[in-house]
Amino acid sequence: MQALYAQLLVGLINGSFYALLSLGLAVIFGMLNIINFAHGALYMMGAFCAYFLLNIAGINYWWALIIAPIVVGIFGMILERTMLQWLSGLDHVYGLLLTFGIALIIQGVFQNYFGSSGLPYQIPDALRGGMNLGFMFLPVYRGWVVVFSLVICVATWFLIEKTQLGAYLRAATENPTLVRAFGINVPRMITLTYGLGVGLAALAGVLSAPINQVRPLMGADLIIVVFAVVVIGGMGSIMGSVITGFALGVIEGLTKYFYPEASNTVVFVLMVLVLLVKPTGLTGRAA
Amino acid sequence: MSALTDDTLPVTPRAMRDEMVAFALMAVLLAVVPLTGIYPFFVMQALCFALLACAFNLLVGYGGLLSFGHAMFLGTAGYVSAHALKVWALPPELGIIIGTAASFGLAIITGYVSIRRQGIYFSMITLALSQLLYFIYLQAPFTHGEDGIQGIPQGHLFGLFDLSKPTVLYYVVLAGFLGGFLLIYRTINSPFGEVLKSIRENEPRAISLGYKTDQYKLLAFILSGTLAGFAGSLKVFVAQNASLTDVHWSMSGEIVLMTLVGGLGTIFGPVVGAFIIIAMQQYLAGYGQWVTVIQGVIFVACVLTFRRGIIGELARLLRRSL
Repeated sequence: MQALYAQLLVGLINGSFYALLSLGLAVIFGMLNIINFAHGALYMMGAFCAYFLLNIAGINYWWALIIAPIVVGIFGMILERTMLQWLSGLDHVYGLLLTFGIALIIQGVFQNYFGSSGLPYQIPDALRGGMNLGFMFLPVYRGWVVVFSLVICVATWFLIEKTQLGAYLRAATENPTLVRAFGINVPRMITLTYGLGVGLAALAGVLSAPINQVRPLMGADLIIVVFAVVVIGGMGSIMGSVITGFALGVIEGLTKYFYPEASNTVVFVLMVLVLLVKPTGLTGRAA
Repeated sequence: MSALTDDTLPVTPRAMRDEMVAFALMAVLLAVVPLTGIYPFFVMQALCFALLACAFNLLVGYGGLLSFGHAMFLGTAGYVSAHALKVWALPPELGIIIGTAASFGLAIITGYVSIRRQGIYFSMITLALSQLLYFIYLQAPFTHGEDGIQGIPQGHLFGLFDLSKPTVLYYVVLAGFLGGFLLIYRTINSPFGEVLKSIRENEPRAISLGYKTDQYKLLAFILSGTLAGFAGSLKVFVAQNASLTDVHWSMSGEIVLMTLVGGLGTIFGPVVGAFIIIAMQQYLAGYGQWVTVIQGVIFVACVLTFRRGIIGELARLLRRSL
């Protein structure tokens, strides 16, 4: 049973990353109508940012949690201003191709300087060690990642669904022209939204740095799984993508325990099953 | 939403004649390659990828469906052909048929699943499906995992043509390429192709005119996947190996890149694009990961400034259909 709980925990952690990343993808898709293929590369940049902060500037994990998403978010906003904004009105496919190109550039540059092997990142002192919960041993850091990700997901949901800013955002998603007519600067909101989505990816990168080592290709395979998560959950609702993300992480963890050979593929198989049974995805909106 | 390929010229006798002239020119140029002293393996490899890109283009350029997982057909046909040739010791013609048939079967299944969603969802689904196959091939014993299947015997085609001779192999690959190319050309200009284009332009209208668009899209997907598999089977004889790189997502990305550089929805674009990208890989092989960076830069440059691709721009400049 110990092993089962351990795999469940791993599943929850992977689920937090799926949730944070698919949340960012959904937010970006809502405003920009772009599937951000560079999301995995920007997640990797978040982890590298934390690594540089610690090893070059001596800035610790807690500051990295704030600084890395901001730095990567600003980088994302520059990408949006210089490139992505020119794609509005074109077929969605071009957004996918452009961001795929951006991902190749970012990952290629990092691979040139850091190879393909992983760089270690220390767990901060306050989160070392573990707790004995009676039925299992819980490493504190892993528990922290799950709880903190949940908090961030709920906060993002609150920001978009319950605040004034979020209301503007949702309105601009539905009808940008009308919202502009009310005097709201929609292009700036689009830029900020992209920054927010990218910042969430970078935050996931910082969280994962102490668990999975910091590698140039750490986001490359992950983003494909997240795409499958997005296909399963649909991008219509914020809560939908969060719940799907966590649920798939847990299912993956359970698969690792009961049938390890299929742990790499289970999310994709589930995607096929969902497409066969309910082609519009679980949250239901057709694209 | 503006379509992927705008301002396509109508099919006129003049356009047909232009395309025929261009095709004859291409066939003659390729036929004299062995006489020029150009390294034949480079051209053979480029021809396999050119056919692959043409098959991909049939789906994206005329059906409007961007598959981000076409490497799965290349890899599947490659593995099955390689296994048939090496382990079962079958003759080359059977190896090619079995490999192509395998990707035909795969295309039926994956097509049935992926055409259930449109637009970018379709791209994400095909990408996820190819990743699923990647992991299956990584674990399946017959693919030999990271090592791949190596040292594949080339044999005698129909018991007559010795494929271990580069010149003979070259003409066999060329014949395969030209055959596949003409099949795609014929498909594009058939009534089926016209319906496909109308679905690309406006699917709801095509549905309201009574076309069962899902069947058209599935058929285009199957045709494209099967021809991509045929290219993969031919490539086995050129490279004499089948490995995981052929099923990896980065390979799918390269196929997209070739077609984009040459021109989405142009007839000759994918061929030109394939030669450019393969040549680039050859010349820049010593620069390691910078090749990836350059590919990324080409993607970005193409999407931002050069969406019609080389042949697309050329055709527009000359006001001809290419």
